Amino acid sequence: MKKSYRIDVDCANCANKMEDAANRTEGVKKAVVNFMMLKMNVEFEDGADPKAVMQAVRASCKKVEDDCEVYC
Amino acid sequence: MDRKQKKMLVRILTAAVLLAGLSFAPVTGALRFALYLVPYLVIGYDILWKAGKGILRRQVFDEHFLMAVATVGAIALALYDRTGDYTEAVAVMLFYQIGEWFQSYAVGKSRRNISELMDIRPDYANVEQGGALVRIDPDEVAVGTVIVVQPGEKVPIDGVVVEGASSLNTSALTGESVPRSAKAGDEIVSGCINMTGVLKVRTTKEFGDSTVSQILDLVENASSRKSKSEDFISKFARVYTPAVCGAALVLAVVPPLVRMAGMGLLPEWDVWIYRALTFLVISCPCALVISIPLSFFAGLGGASREGVLVKGSNYLETLAKTKTVVFDKTGTLTRGVFEVNAVHHSGMAKEKLLEYAALAESASSHPISRSLRRAYGKEIDRSRVADIQEISGHGVLASVDGHAVAAGNDKLMKRLGISYIPCHSVGTIIHMAIDGAYAGHIVISDVAKPHAKEAVDALKRSGVTKTVMLTGDVKAVAESVAASLGIDEVYSELLPAGKVEKVEALLRERPPKDKLAFVGDGINDAPVLRRADIGIAMGAMGSDAAIEAADVVLMDDDPLKIAKAIRISRKCLGIVYQNIVFAIGVKGLCLLLGAVGLANMWLAIFADVGVMILAVLNAIRALFVKNV
Repeated sequence: MKKSYRIDVDCANCANKMEDAANRTEGVKKAVVNFMMLKMNVEFEDGADPKAVMQAVRASCKKVEDDCEVYC
Repeated sequence: MDRKQKKMLVRILTAAVLLAGLSFAPVTGALRFALYLVPYLVIGYDILWKAGKGILRRQVFDEHFLMAVATVGAIALALYDRTGDYTEAVAVMLFYQIGEWFQSYAVGKSRRNISELMDIRPDYANVEQGGALVRIDPDEVAVGTVIVVQPGEKVPIDGVVVEGASSLNTSALTGESVPRSAKAGDEIVSGCINMTGVLKVRTTKEFGDSTVSQILDLVENASSRKSKSEDFISKFARVYTPAVCGAALVLAVVPPLVRMAGMGLLPEWDVWIYRALTFLVISCPCALVISIPLSFFAGLGGASREGVLVKGSNYLETLAKTKTVVFDKTGTLTRGVFEVNAVHHSGMAKEKLLEYAALAESASSHPISRSLRRAYGKEIDRSRVADIQEISGHGVLASVDGHAVAAGNDKLMKRLGISYIPCHSVGTIIHMAIDGAYAGHIVISDVAKPHAKEAVDALKRSGVTKTVMLTGDVKAVAESVAASLGIDEVYSELLPAGKVEKVEALLRERPPKDKLAFVGDGINDAPVLRRADIGIAMGAMGSDAAIEAADVVLMDDDPLKIAKAIRISRKCLGIVYQNIVFAIGVKGLCLLLGAVGLANMWLAIFADVGVMILAVLNAIRALFVKNV
């Protein structure tokens, strides 16, 4: 399953860090952060609960870049 | 400017004024330190705060943390050396913030620019309810509803005109400034702007499936498909910061120890620590990381303004490496409609002969008959025609204005025993006989599009080395079209599966770095579009299948746009490479000069912010593609 989320982040490198963090989160098959459109496209592992996974993604993004937001 | 940016600008200006003022203040000692701390904190308090949080989260390579270490280190060195030179630390923080501010401003600006460019999203649809027009959300309009589009409004949903006539401005979709006319019975696509008359339109699709939604979706998602350059830069950024920090640590510790232990000199800790701090100032890969996606974003945006929709940054990259362009003939290079091209050996006026032909063929729905009627151009008066007799595979016999007219191929002439003049032109030949006497022949063929030849020339000039045409048409027609357009290779009489095989063969032949593009109209060549390195669909306005299968979608059917698309991609990729080389080059140089003590922190931060600003400005250049 694929879903798209709105994000907020100030710098391009931070967006890359968020992408890394999201990709390391359990339940995420592949995450792509589009800094220019401020969007995160997430492909979930089969059977993963998007809501729970996104909470974890948001937490791991916050860990690498305090000044960011994932609207999920 | 948003609120965040305004606040930052005020902080930047305050700190700059304070710093400038302090340079004239004759204060020393602790007071000097305290005074300089004011602009430092004004400009850098948030960095210090974020650096603190970074430490708590154990993010050592956080750029704020590194900036904080560099500036606090510089202040500490000034205290230790008793030089009282705090300006450097404040200035580094100041320029860093200027760079960040500029980046955020430029990115915000180009985001807005591009969303304005693609300002084709309709806000409402007019529906007549109880005699009055009501504005409703396009999403709520069911298929088959009649909507009203007034002059100046956007067509919100694809549909068929049921009443009214107008001209439509399609420039937001196609980049084409000449308006299209629309009258009852015409299909129109959403996103066009109605210019002159009121149109009543019966919708044929839901809003979500309409052209405008598909295009917006495509454009918004394009920059999510990342190019190889972007992947390279994110990998580079991941190792760059740790590598520079590691180098800084080595620089701070190893030379003083070597001097002490190995050479018996004074360690000069302060000199080496200063050089290490200079490294930290340049440790952020910002210029690169921002300018590459920004270049692609601007390039994709600029291309879409020209009616060239590229589905991803990766395709823009492939397009720039295209060396072979394979065309489908019908609908791509030719118009796919048969037209009367010439009238030969006619004893009477051409118009008169066409009139007889059109009248004789008036009962037939064959494409050839239709093209004859189109060439005649006037209303057919059926009462002038009698005794129409169609002879399958031969032609038509009829009585027109009392004259016995025969119109058909050479077999018909032979059957009637009329001697005819064979034609050397390529196409379908209609021989005519009137009252038993030969009256000349009409040549009907598919005609090349107006810009087809220029398009092939333009491709050659844009660096395409080979052009190939594939067609299901007969050999003679295919070769004559190819020769007239200047196409290098032709493969004719191919079935759709044969086209895929040919493209696969061409793919095996070319060197792996040179990419192959296939251009088709998307109607029955979807498998070929998918098989090629890059599939380009033409005239895709309103064609779902084409938009789905292709990587690049040309909104109108002008073949000149193919070369334009390639040139746009080359320009964009050129800018990307310039930025990569420039940014990495300057950073490398600064690191080198910093290590040997030729560059101080001033130079480092100037170079860093300068490179970023130049790279961002260069990236924005990718947006301007009108005259590429």
